[in-house]
Amino acid sequence: MRRPRLPRRRAGGRQRLTRGGHRMRLRDLLGEALAGVAARPSRLALTTLGTVLGIAALVATIGLGQTAAGQITERFDQVAATRVTVAPGETDGPDGEVALTQLPWDAPERMKRLAGVASAGTFATVDVAGDPVRGVPYGTQEQTVPVAAASAGLFEALGARLSGGRFFDEGHDERGDAVVVLGRYAADRLGINRVDSQPSIFIGDRAFTVIGILDAVDYRTELQDSVIMPMTTARELYGLEAPEVLEVRTDLGAAQLIGRQAPIAIDPNNPDLLDVNAPPAPGSLRDNVSADVNGLFLALGGLALLVGGLGIANVTLLSVLERVSEIGLRRAVGAGRSHVAGQFLIESGIVGFLGGLIGSTVGVLATVGVSVVRDWTPLLDIRLALVAPLLGGLIGLAAGAYPAWRASAIEPIAALRSG
Amino acid sequence: MTPPVVEMSGVGRVFAGPPRVEAVRDVDLTISQGEYLSIIGPSGSGKSTLLHLLGLLDRPSHGVYRLDGVDVSTLSERRRTRVRGERIGFVFQAFHLLPHRSVLENVELSMIYLRVPRRERTARAVATLERVGLGHRLDFDPITLSGGERQRVAIARALVAQPSLLLADEPTGNLDSGNAASVLALFDELHAEGLTLAVITHDDGVSGRAQRRVRIVDGVMADVEAEVVA
Repeated sequence: MRRPRLPRRRAGGRQRLTRGGHRMRLRDLLGEALAGVAARPSRLALTTLGTVLGIAALVATIGLGQTAAGQITERFDQVAATRVTVAPGETDGPDGEVALTQLPWDAPERMKRLAGVASAGTFATVDVAGDPVRGVPYGTQEQTVPVAAASAGLFEALGARLSGGRFFDEGHDERGDAVVVLGRYAADRLGINRVDSQPSIFIGDRAFTVIGILDAVDYRTELQDSVIMPMTTARELYGLEAPEVLEVRTDLGAAQLIGRQAPIAIDPNNPDLLDVNAPPAPGSLRDNVSADVNGLFLALGGLALLVGGLGIANVTLLSVLERVSEIGLRRAVGAGRSHVAGQFLIESGIVGFLGGLIGSTVGVLATVGVSVVRDWTPLLDIRLALVAPLLGGLIGLAAGAYPAWRASAIEPIAALRSG
Repeated sequence: MTPPVVEMSGVGRVFAGPPRVEAVRDVDLTISQGEYLSIIGPSGSGKSTLLHLLGLLDRPSHGVYRLDGVDVSTLSERRRTRVRGERIGFVFQAFHLLPHRSVLENVELSMIYLRVPRRERTARAVATLERVGLGHRLDFDPITLSGGERQRVAIARALVAQPSLLLADEPTGNLDSGNAASVLALFDELHAEGLTLAVITHDDGVSGRAQRRVRIVDGVMADVEAEVVA
């Protein structure tokens, strides 16, 4: 039987010793590296372990940090992070005298012109000069009920809800009408529980119509004990000099900005004389809380990664020594030093990447698992889950650098002599 | 007229030591296209050094080596590697097959660094394996094959890149006589088909199959055509 003849080298190429470029295709290099990694599955599993632990620790730490911070924000943001208060302050003047300032009556109007202010109102306690507060019809029970004054916008700024009736509005305020809104406990003490019969109360000898009863407020709960009248009424009847405090409710996220702008809007000449109380930036509080907790875990994760990287370097180096004859053979069939180095580099990169992928998965699962147990909403930046495997790959590449260099330095003669 | 495949003149290789060793001295060797040559010599004679020089694994200290008519004795390592991959096919005593890779992948390996496209690699590897009688073993792991089959895989790997010269270093050293005979028969066939072969061995039975024999002793080469065994 005649065998087919082997194809012979074409005659034309004699003078050119080599054909085309020498750069191996990246896909082939990847294929060789993958096959090299896959050839030893049990070793692969052990090698990735360090990276798995390190990446898992990092992802879980950051994930749980974000989740915990998310719970804090969820609870406090809506209310606390939108409240700004402004009160008149005092500053030491240049000659040792104390400079004082007052809030203007139109402070709420001034604030409303600022973008980001949802509502604003002023508050003051009213000195009724010892006049007793009585419910009607019979003046037998005198009560010491505090009296307060509010601008129409205060109720909205404090998030007040009514159990019945209505708030007074700007019309009542401008006219100085003798109307009041009662705090919930004040209403109890005065024996008034409904407003549809237009009950009245007396402060001293003056009668006021009760138009509403408070059910709840977000802050300034002292209002629940008070009789609240319009600012202008307090000013005209009791000589109120100025509002005590300005309450502002901002849009979500605008609190810090409004806190900076408010003094200038209210008192452009002496903005420094006003005491502004704005919530801290959401980031700063959260970061402070989580930074302490995270620091330790991040350090542990980093340590695990370092150990994982050293593990990869160690096993890759072992692998290089074990595969000396393979390296020699590859050199004999035309692999350059860079091909050999590249293959080992990519192999350790793949190991690192796999470790990162598994570690990232474990970290995400841990975050979700803890969240379920603690009844939290798991919160994790998706970019973290994507970046973590890449970080593992980078660690693998770094760990493979020295073994790859060693592999590339192996002389094919020495490698092929064995046997 | 085509130049000889190998043309060495005054080639020597000195290892600086200490001690300073002149492993190969003033070798003049010509291997013509299609020739089947064997190089014999006791161990320590400089055989291996000559093999490394022929196979571009090492560079001569002096002298000129022309491969396919082109001087390769002064090439940079990078170019030497490239020429080696394209022009020389190696067959080793220890086979040097990659474990956990299929027979087909082992043969394709010779073409990976030469940028042969994947499809063509597979087709050529399959054809060459069929040529050496292993068409039924494509997907086998080499560690499951017999010694003779392994060496035939190695020969297929050397042939598939269509080298100018097949260099075999003690190709039957690890084989029993039956397998050795089948490998040598394959060499005869390849030679008959026009392949240029150089076989390095200390075994007279192996070297006797060649067209021409040269002996190397203490780094000095001499033709032994006069004493050819029948």
